[in-house]
Amino acid sequence: MPEAAALVLRLTEIGRDFDVSRPWLNRVIEGAPRQLLRAVDDVSLEVRRGETLALVGESGCGKSTVARLIVGLYAPSRGRVEFDGVELSGGAGAHEVARMRRRMQMIFQDPYASLNPRWRVRDIVAEPIRVLGLARDQQEIAARVAELLRQVGLAPEDGDKYPHEFSGGQRQRISIARALSGNPEFLVCDEPTSALDVSVQAQILNLMTELQQRLGLTYLFISHNLAVVSHIADRIGVMYLGRLVEVALAEDLFARPRHPYTRMLLDAVPDLEMSGKARTPVAGEVPNPLDPPAGCAFHPRCPHANERCTRERPQAIALGATATVACHAVEEGRI
Amino acid sequence: MLPAGAPLLEVRGLRVEFPTRRGTLVAVDGISFAIAPGEVLGVVGESGAGKSLTGMAVIGLLEPPGRIAAGEVRLEGERIDNLPYERLRRIRGRRIGAIFQDPLTSLNPLYTVGEQLIETIRTHLEMGAAEARERALGLLRDVGIPAPESRIDHYPHQFSGGMRQRVVIALALCAQPKLVIADEPTTALDVSIQAQIIQLLKRLAREHGTAVMLITHDMGVIAETADRVAVMYAGRIAEIGPVREVIHAPRHPYTVGLMGSIPKISAGAGKRHGRLTQIEGSMPRLTAIPAGCAFHPRCPKRFARCLAARPEPIPTGANLAACWLYADA
Repeated sequence: MPEAAALVLRLTEIGRDFDVSRPWLNRVIEGAPRQLLRAVDDVSLEVRRGETLALVGESGCGKSTVARLIVGLYAPSRGRVEFDGVELSGGAGAHEVARMRRRMQMIFQDPYASLNPRWRVRDIVAEPIRVLGLARDQQEIAARVAELLRQVGLAPEDGDKYPHEFSGGQRQRISIARALSGNPEFLVCDEPTSALDVSVQAQILNLMTELQQRLGLTYLFISHNLAVVSHIADRIGVMYLGRLVEVALAEDLFARPRHPYTRMLLDAVPDLEMSGKARTPVAGEVPNPLDPPAGCAFHPRCPHANERCTRERPQAIALGATATVACHAVEEGRI
Repeated sequence: MLPAGAPLLEVRGLRVEFPTRRGTLVAVDGISFAIAPGEVLGVVGESGAGKSLTGMAVIGLLEPPGRIAAGEVRLEGERIDNLPYERLRRIRGRRIGAIFQDPLTSLNPLYTVGEQLIETIRTHLEMGAAEARERALGLLRDVGIPAPESRIDHYPHQFSGGMRQRVVIALALCAQPKLVIADEPTTALDVSIQAQIIQLLKRLAREHGTAVMLITHDMGVIAETADRVAVMYAGRIAEIGPVREVIHAPRHPYTVGLMGSIPKISAGAGKRHGRLTQIEGSMPRLTAIPAGCAFHPRCPKRFARCLAARPEPIPTGANLAACWLYADA
């Protein structure tokens, strides 16, 4: 990405807690305490116009929660979300926030659950146009829907059908058409290809890349699959237990992963080339997020952990102009 | 005893049908393969290719109205596809173990894992309670569960996803089966846990001489685990051969397209390295499988013969490919 590209989205130390306490009566009778789950903790990120920023991590690392915080499906417990200089989480007026929110849309993982089965495809795609008042009359809406369907590789006649008449890949195309119908500039894509077969996944990834180039879109792309991310991302953020542990340009991250967790994740990717390279399975499992380890959350699984890692939480440090890492061992030059 | 070199499992001309009101659907159409002791055969394909049904047919767990309409399944030379239910039930568990995708549905939430293991062991092996418990502990240790002495009395919900899948594997191994059928055993797990489970399956085949039929949609898992791989498309085997050959020198145009569409992490990653190969269209529905080669409408190399006649597996190099491109010679 050229450095000159303007900042679109800035997250400043955002966090989100979920109350997972037992019901009130149990708390009163059994004296059980309130329990908070820190799904996202102290995440700061910047996204520039026209780039694809991918967030990767294992299940439960908080990547989908970050996506939902950005589009406003959750309110942040702490920190600020700014879109094009306007603070979305309180601060700016409701009118101003609504104006900003129109410029972003979300694509969900499951194309079976995210389309209303009782609506015809043309109504699904037209809904944002109607709600946002982007067309003057029915005729203009119909023309726009036909154009959108063509844009995602479907036929305008497909608008008369219902979602169940389509395969998973075609449904995801419908979701993309719906997301694009409000003329957004920023798309949050939460695992858009995880529910699809590989040959269909390739079709959707190619389509998303084409649309980005043609329409100048900015993507925040959430995925657990590093190979998928390597094909679509300009920059990659790696999350672990609600925290952002490393951010780097895609080519740098795959060539020189810095954080020990990123290294482990890369090692764990099945080796399709069958180079005979011994794959190092990641030892242990992700700890219970209700009771995260003190200090660096990764220290119980980290081969480089020392006493400081068990005690002090590492802050993100800049490595050159494009990368940040939150790791004591990297900071101290031990790895 | 098997004669040396004889396959442990042999499937010949297997055909699975679903009679419906609107006609009979053929979900698996005349497939043949064999697995040797200690060998891992990967069965790969996209959803609806018939890979899971093939596994279900082998262990006799097809859900009615699905049924085996033709062909035979032989375990250690003995035909098992036409056995009465009770006989087959004894074989399942004793000589064939099964591992499914979702570990939570394979375990009974109301019993501790120890109770489930011991019950399974005593169903199939002549053992007293104490001896069975010892064996259960050994199995849990074998599949890499730390502190099995305390974990054995825990309930399934007290285990994490990866640990639960280990318990399911231990359960499948209770009676030292000769054949393990693993249907998407790693799909519900995170990559880091996936690698651990793959290592475990490989060790199993190597150390115990267990034959493994590994069903998955993930070519990466196959590349790491399998000795040979069968690629399925629309209920048929498109190509079968040693895993190295199929991945590095695929012959069938479907395998070629499939391999090209898998995103790979390569040096100089980043999206500027271009488009993924894509296969146009999607797999046909069972109600509309094309005549001739089922892949021909999507195939870049089709010619007249592909529309007219269905290709049988044809040897090409070390592989068998069901493709007319390799017919002459």
